[in-house]
Order: sequence, then structure tokens, then C-alpha cells
Amino acid sequence: MTDKPSQKAPHVGLFATCLVDLFRPGVGFAAIKLLEDAGCTVSVPQSQTCCGQPAYNSGDRRDAAAIAKTVIAAFEAYDFVVVPSGSCGGTIKKHYPGLLGDDREWGARAEALSAKTHELISFLTDILGVAAVSARFDGSVTYHDSCSGLREMGIEAQPRALLETVDGLTIREMADADVCCGFGGTFCVKYPELSNAIVEKKTEAIAASGADTVLAGDLGCLMNMAGKLQRQGRPIKARHVAEVLAGMTDMPAIGESE
Amino acid sequence: MRITAPAFKENAQNALTDLHLQRALEHVEAGFIHKRAKVVAALPEFDALRDAARDIKNHTLEHLDLYLEAYEKAATKAGGQVHWAETGGDARAIILDICRKAGAKTITKGKSMVSEEININDFLAENGIEPVETDLGEYIIQLRGEPPSHIIAPAVHLTKDQVEADFRRVHTHLDAARDLSESTSLLAEARGVLRDKFLAADVGMTGANFLVAETGTSVIVTNEGNGDLTQVLPRVHIVIASIEKVVPTLEDVSTLLRVLARSATGQDMTVYNTFSTGPRRPGDPDGPEEYHVVILDNGRTAMLGNEFHDMLRCIRCGACMNHCPVYHAIGGHAYGTPYVGPMGAVLAPALFGLDEAANLPNASTFCGRCESVCPMRIPLPKLMRHWREKEFERGLAPATQRWGLGVWAYFAQHPRLYRLSTRLAIGALGWLGKKKGRFRALPLAGGWTRHRDLPAPSSRTFIDQIRDREQ
Repeated sequence: MTDKPSQKAPHVGLFATCLVDLFRPGVGFAAIKLLEDAGCTVSVPQSQTCCGQPAYNSGDRRDAAAIAKTVIAAFEAYDFVVVPSGSCGGTIKKHYPGLLGDDREWGARAEALSAKTHELISFLTDILGVAAVSARFDGSVTYHDSCSGLREMGIEAQPRALLETVDGLTIREMADADVCCGFGGTFCVKYPELSNAIVEKKTEAIAASGADTVLAGDLGCLMNMAGKLQRQGRPIKARHVAEVLAGMTDMPAIGESE
Repeated sequence: MRITAPAFKENAQNALTDLHLQRALEHVEAGFIHKRAKVVAALPEFDALRDAARDIKNHTLEHLDLYLEAYEKAATKAGGQVHWAETGGDARAIILDICRKAGAKTITKGKSMVSEEININDFLAENGIEPVETDLGEYIIQLRGEPPSHIIAPAVHLTKDQVEADFRRVHTHLDAARDLSESTSLLAEARGVLRDKFLAADVGMTGANFLVAETGTSVIVTNEGNGDLTQVLPRVHIVIASIEKVVPTLEDVSTLLRVLARSATGQDMTVYNTFSTGPRRPGDPDGPEEYHVVILDNGRTAMLGNEFHDMLRCIRCGACMNHCPVYHAIGGHAYGTPYVGPMGAVLAPALFGLDEAANLPNASTFCGRCESVCPMRIPLPKLMRHWREKEFERGLAPATQRWGLGVWAYFAQHPRLYRLSTRLAIGALGWLGKKKGRFRALPLAGGWTRHRDLPAPSSRTFIDQIRDREQ
């Protein structure tokens, strides 16, 4: 970089994701805390809805493109777009440019947004240089690598590195942490029996790790794993990794009552 | 084989409750994944080799017409006869004609997925010619009247006990008290039975992993050596291969073989890599008198240059299915086409039609593990998504799904409406689920709640809570 580092705090537009918005606002607040602790100014545009992935992956390119345009319009003014999800973040970063590539103007705007869009945890470590968090969690956790985060966004070491700095926390790796949990967005309702067979293997691996909490960076996967663990009567909690890193584990775990 | 892809959901359901199959599938994970990981880790330049392999195929596909013609010229010069087949029907007719002229009663076969694609076994049998599969896995499934369930390990869906039972059922000329408890004794028995078949066959048919344009050579890789006996012993050798198997040079083959064996079976090199160029020459100790190559298109030229072009790089290693969570759950037969797993989900709609195979590209979580191990770097999830787009454009997706998606997409494009409706829906659901924190059942969410609880939504959305805070 040839420019002098800006003295101004980076202005982050937080794309909460539709699942966090509807099911678990706490992840959004955890993201805000982590970003503010790292020196960012955070805004949450009110006009955000969804990244459009359900339409995109269902073959509905036209609706996906229309949704992408509303996301671009809502977020392109910020220095960075940060997403507490590798999957939704991946849609914006890896797929918007191709989705809008045929349109010269929107294609360029999609490229520009892609360049400044990041998944939350990797943004903290790789862009802001955060090496440690000040949080406490008394318990053992196992971390599930959500597919898009791992394979599209390269998120693997970053969450584990930050978790190592949480006081009182022990990491117990599960077998096949990098294997899909069977959520797959619309897949889990289009092919419920297949999805179930896959998540059963995942909860088996989670239980075998001996950890008392499973963490991940994507709420879709977490809802899938939490729902299966609860249906099986396993006393293992599920949380978004940001909740633990932000020290905001006083809220009930996913699917638990207050 | 008979295409049953339209019944994918029922097939999958049956597979999930098939205990033999589920036991057999455990070996896929242990057998293939770890072996591949080990040899890949031992070769620092593996990723560079993948790039080189991809570039070879990309270059070839750019000039496919040229290399196919060069291949034909070289193969003809070596004394071979090249036949062009536009459709599976054309290929069947050509092969039958060659067999009839040779007066063939039985033909031995090396493992060939293209032969499954054109359903040659049933066709030959209907015409009074007995096809005998000589690859151990293919031999086993032929005894059972089943199609392959995996492109390189056709009988991977079976347990050893099932194979033993089949051998006892069919090989009634052997001592009933013989010991078949070990895999090696099963292998020895199959070898003994097949030995006579090899010697009796009038025609031997193999596939081709590669056709080499500079020399007119066909290349097969096997771990059993059955391919060699198939193509060397009978009087006539027929190679059946599809157009994208051609590569420019022997040097290119050596690069591709290095990624193929590692990706497929986790071997540094497959045990037998057999190169055949033309029929027996004067002075050769063995080899066929006639050498025919049937080159099949069957819809592939239509893929050249369209959104499925990348799929033509596939070298049929099977790594994508070996790493696919859906394949692990149900095995290959549920797909209902010869090509299964992620590569099948892309190829089958192109070869057999989207109406037949639309389920396959949908039955993926898009986890991307297939793409991450594909030696040819084929973007399989992207190509599956392209099929979903075609399906959507043609209105083939179920009406309820399209309608639901349409309503949701409309709201997602209108943030104020979206806010209002989610506020109402989530408010009510959140209130209902507040006490337990989750639902065990919920109207319209049966697909989810049949197998897992659904976490209750928040009674107030994140965006609304932010607005409250800012006001």
C-alpha cells in the first residue's frame, strides 16, 4: 500500500444475514462487539434482507441478480462489508461478480463490493490483525468447518487461533470437521432424508469429540446440528463462534430456552 | 443400464434403509479418502500436476477436431480401424457388426463406463452374443444383474459376504465345501472361472482411459491385469471410447496417469498401464488380428463451448464421489444412471436429458468437497447449479417450490415489505417458541422437523432491535 494508513476508523457495513436477523440476533450483536473492539465503526443498513443464495442455488438467476443489486446498493458506501457467515459472505464475494457479469455497470459494482466483503472472523484476523480476544468460556468446544467458509473463503485456522485465546476454553477437534453437516440451504428441505443421514454422522462425530459445545461460523449449519443434537437428546450446546469470541455466552444456546 | 434417475428420491430412501449397503459404504470413506490424502501429501508438486493436467485437457478440447483426426490417422497407420459413432445406437450397431463378422459367440470385456453408457451388454445378449465382464467388480455385478455403483469400483456397494453367496449360487461346478472366507480366495475363484472365458472369447472389448493422437495408441489402466488378457488373447480387439478421451502426446499421458492413480485409488501408479497400438505386427508374440476403435460422441460435442464444457476434462477417477457426503449416504445405484456422484450429476443430464436426470444436480449440498479434490479442477458445484438454472428456466421444478421461492424473492427485493412481514411472522413464532426455545413440529416445516428440532426465532428481529437502539 502506498497510501498512508488512514487515521479514521474503518467503517464497516454489517450484513447480518437473514438467519441471524430472524433467528439469532445475538450473533449480530456479538459481531458488532468484536468489530468495535477491533476499532471499527459499525453500521447496520436497515434495507438489508438476504444475500439471495436460495434463489441463486435454485437456478433462479433473475431473482438472485435483483436481490444482489439491492445488497450492492445498500452496502457499497462502506469501507468494508462484513458477514458473520462464510456462506452468505461467499455468495457476495465469490458469486455476485459472475451473477452480474453480463451487465457492465452492475458487474463492476459487484466486483467492487466483492473486493471489500469479508467473513467476520477472517476479517478480524487477516485484515484487522486481531490476534487475541478478551473473553472467558469455561468449557470444551469442537469447531465445525462450514463448507463455503472453508472451501470458498479459506476459513480454517482463523477461528481456531482466536478460540485458543479465550480463557478457560479447551478445543477438542472432532473427526471429519471439514465434512458437510447436511444443511445445504434448500437441500435440507428438498431432500430431508438425505440431509438427515448426513447430519446424523455429524452429530456422532461431535459427540465423540467429548466437547460440551459445538461451534461454527454459519447459523444454517448450527441450526441443523443443534436441532439434530436436541432431537437425539444429546446434552451438547451449539453456538456461533462469534458469541464465544465476544464473551456473549450469557444468552441461551441455539434452540435453548431462557 | 436402465435409467432410474427420475425415481431418485425413492431410490435414495431405499438405499438409506439397506443395511448391507450402509455397511459396504463405510469402506468408501476409509478406503479411498485416506489413501488419496496420504499419496497427495507425499507429493509436494501434486497441485502443480493438477494444473498441468487441466491445461493439457483444456488445450486438447480447444482443438478437439484436430486431435481426433490426428488420432484417426495414426491409429489407421498402425493398422487399426477407426469407427465414428454419433449416438449410442450407432456405436451398438458398429460393435455388433464387428462381432458378427468375427463370428463371435462370446466377448470378454475390460471395465468400460462408456460401454455401460451405451448399454452394450444387454444389446449383445439380445443378439445372441454373450458378454463376459472380466474386471472382478464388474464380474460380480454381472452375476447379480446389477449396474455398477461406482465408476472405478463397480461392486463397492457389496460386502464380502454377499459376494461369497453369489459365487456359491453361480459357481455350482465347484466344491460346495470350499473355503471362501477370505477376499483372496474369492479373487482366486473368479480368476479360475474367468481363465476359460479369456481363452474362449472371439472378441475382447475394452474402454480407453486415453487415446493418444501422436501415436494412435489406446491406454487402459487396471489393477488386475484382466484388461491385458481381454485385449491380447482374442482374435479381435474393440476399443470403445468417447471423443474427450483423446490427448495429444505420450508425454501428456504420463502427466495424466500421475494424477489419475493418486486421485482414484491413492496409488502412485496403477498396477497395469497398458498401451495398445494397432493389431499384432509380423513378429509380435501376441495381440489381436484386428484392432477396432469406436469413438462415441453421444451428446458431447454439444457440451463443447457451452456452460458444461469443463466437464469434458473429466478423467473418470471417482474422487468426487469418494468425497461426496450424498454418495456416502446412498451409494451409486440410487442415482439411476451409469455415472454417479457429482460427476454423474453434471454428465447424466447432458447425456440422458434433463427430464430424466434433473434430480441429480439438485441432490447436492454444494459443499464443494468434490471440486476441492477433482484432479482436473472441474467446478462441479457451479456446473450442477447451471443445470438447476436450466431446470428453472424450463419450469421443471415443482410448482410449490417455484411459488414459495417467488414469493420469498419478491419480499427480499422489497426491504420494507420484508421487514413488515418478517416482523409479524417472527413475532408470532418467537412468542410461541419462547418457552421451550425450539419446536418439535411446525406446520409447513415438516421437512425440517421430521428429523430435527427447529430453533425458535427471536421475537424481535436483529434489524428491528438495531432500529430500537438507534432511536
